[in-house]
Amino acid sequence: MAYSDKVLDHYENPRNVGSFDKDDRSVGTGMVGAPACGDVMKLQIKIDDDGVIEDAKFKTYGCGSAIASSSLLTEWVKGKTLAQASEIKNTDIAEELALPPVKIHCSVLAEDAIQAAIEDLKSKDASGAEHKKIA
Amino acid sequence: MKVTDMKLPIYLDYSSTTPVDERVAEAMTKCLTLDGNYGNPASRSHSFGWDAEKAVEDARGHVAALIHADPKEIVWTSGATESDNLAIKGAAHFYQKKGKHIITCKTEHKAVLDTCRQLEREGFEVTYLEPQSSGMIDLDKFQAAIRDDTILVSIMHVNNEIGVIQDIKAIGEITRKRKIIFHVDAAQSPGKAEVDLRDMNVDLMSLSAHKVYGPKGIGALYVCRKPRVRIEAQIHGGGHERGMRSGTLATHQIVGMGEAFRIAKEEMAADNERILMLRNRLLNGFKDIDEIYINGDLEQRIPGNLNVSFNFIEGESLIMALKDIAVSSGSACTSASLEPSYVLRALGRDDELAHSSIRFTIGRFTTAEEVDYATQLIKGAVVKLRDLSPLWEMHKEGIDLKTVEWAAH
Repeated sequence: MAYSDKVLDHYENPRNVGSFDKDDRSVGTGMVGAPACGDVMKLQIKIDDDGVIEDAKFKTYGCGSAIASSSLLTEWVKGKTLAQASEIKNTDIAEELALPPVKIHCSVLAEDAIQAAIEDLKSKDASGAEHKKIA
Repeated sequence: MKVTDMKLPIYLDYSSTTPVDERVAEAMTKCLTLDGNYGNPASRSHSFGWDAEKAVEDARGHVAALIHADPKEIVWTSGATESDNLAIKGAAHFYQKKGKHIITCKTEHKAVLDTCRQLEREGFEVTYLEPQSSGMIDLDKFQAAIRDDTILVSIMHVNNEIGVIQDIKAIGEITRKRKIIFHVDAAQSPGKAEVDLRDMNVDLMSLSAHKVYGPKGIGALYVCRKPRVRIEAQIHGGGHERGMRSGTLATHQIVGMGEAFRIAKEEMAADNERILMLRNRLLNGFKDIDEIYINGDLEQRIPGNLNVSFNFIEGESLIMALKDIAVSSGSACTSASLEPSYVLRALGRDDELAHSSIRFTIGRFTTAEEVDYATQLIKGAVVKLRDLSPLWEMHKEGIDLKTVEWAAH
């Protein structure tokens, strides 16, 4: 199967690979997928005092399209507020990377990952009002 | 060999298909043009037909010789898939008055499994045996699966994915005693695993040319004459091949298969010794890599096959990193189904290990330099992809992945 140039570029030079401390209150972690299904995506976002995403990191177990989808996502979310980031749709990712129909699920997984990361941040926020100061 | 002589990508997918040996190609080209042996082997009235017939019969002799059969027991087909269809449907249809039960194994090739599925739609009952984790059939389980109405058993000799060699002789002893027709898919065997039909008690055997440096589009079915095995034809027409498979014989293809089998018989021992050395060299190159698993029994296996799971790495992404080597993945992620290899699943491998598998198959033209180059590429790719893998990170943190509740999608 032929991959698009953009998928190849992200696969060969993945952006923002790595991890933040998941217990850090300014960090939201989204881990989606399952090893049995052939892909697991871990996306982490770090917000500043104003609630803007200042940094993002990912690690992905999966095919080239899954790796490219998550790599692209880390680039896109930086500088966005949580509200803006939550508006990223899988179709935007699929279109940008020119994913073929059998790989659409990779972009769906990326959308799930950002939603899960945002949820994680929000739940941390709810469990402690001190959050902003600590961050 | 100098580095500059090595051609990229490196072909390590010999179980998928093989290049045609130069000697085979040369023999084939002599059966095509005006100057060549282009007659119809079925023409009885002139020398063009007689010459073509002689070439076909010589080839039949070469094929028979490699498997120690009588040339009269060889029926030409278009390949192993057709042979499997002809053998299984042909025998099931012919013997259906005796019973409607068939036994096969979950790790068979799709040509066998899908043919059995078709027979199920026609009212036959099929038992799909589960192999042991080594890939070998448990003979006790096999015997227990036999019923009074079992008419046919179909078990492959060499598995295409894991290269494991079944004990055909032991299975044949059981089927012959119970007077059950025994079909063996031996598409992967010629030139790699010894086939001696004089003492294997096999009734039907499917063969292919393109796995052994012959052309694609030609194969054969061995049909045992003593005891006489009957099959119903699936393709009707001019009554070629004693009525079992009609259609004008493709002289050039048949000559190619004959030559490929002749060479295989002559060079098998030397080829296998060299190929085994290369396979072990590849395996040895992996010894520093953590968390790798060999799929299938390493001893009961053809020399050229190495099927390895690289844990915590998804197979398709690994193949993508290895674009300079041509290999197969056990993960069928490229299809919409997202199913990992059904063969590895049948061995009881976890889905993630099945998703992480790569099949390396080495052949006649593989060099030590190519193996070394491939080893270096693989080692680099494994490091890179594990750095990217959240599963590897969790493994390193000591988290047991089996205890994690995954959000399946």
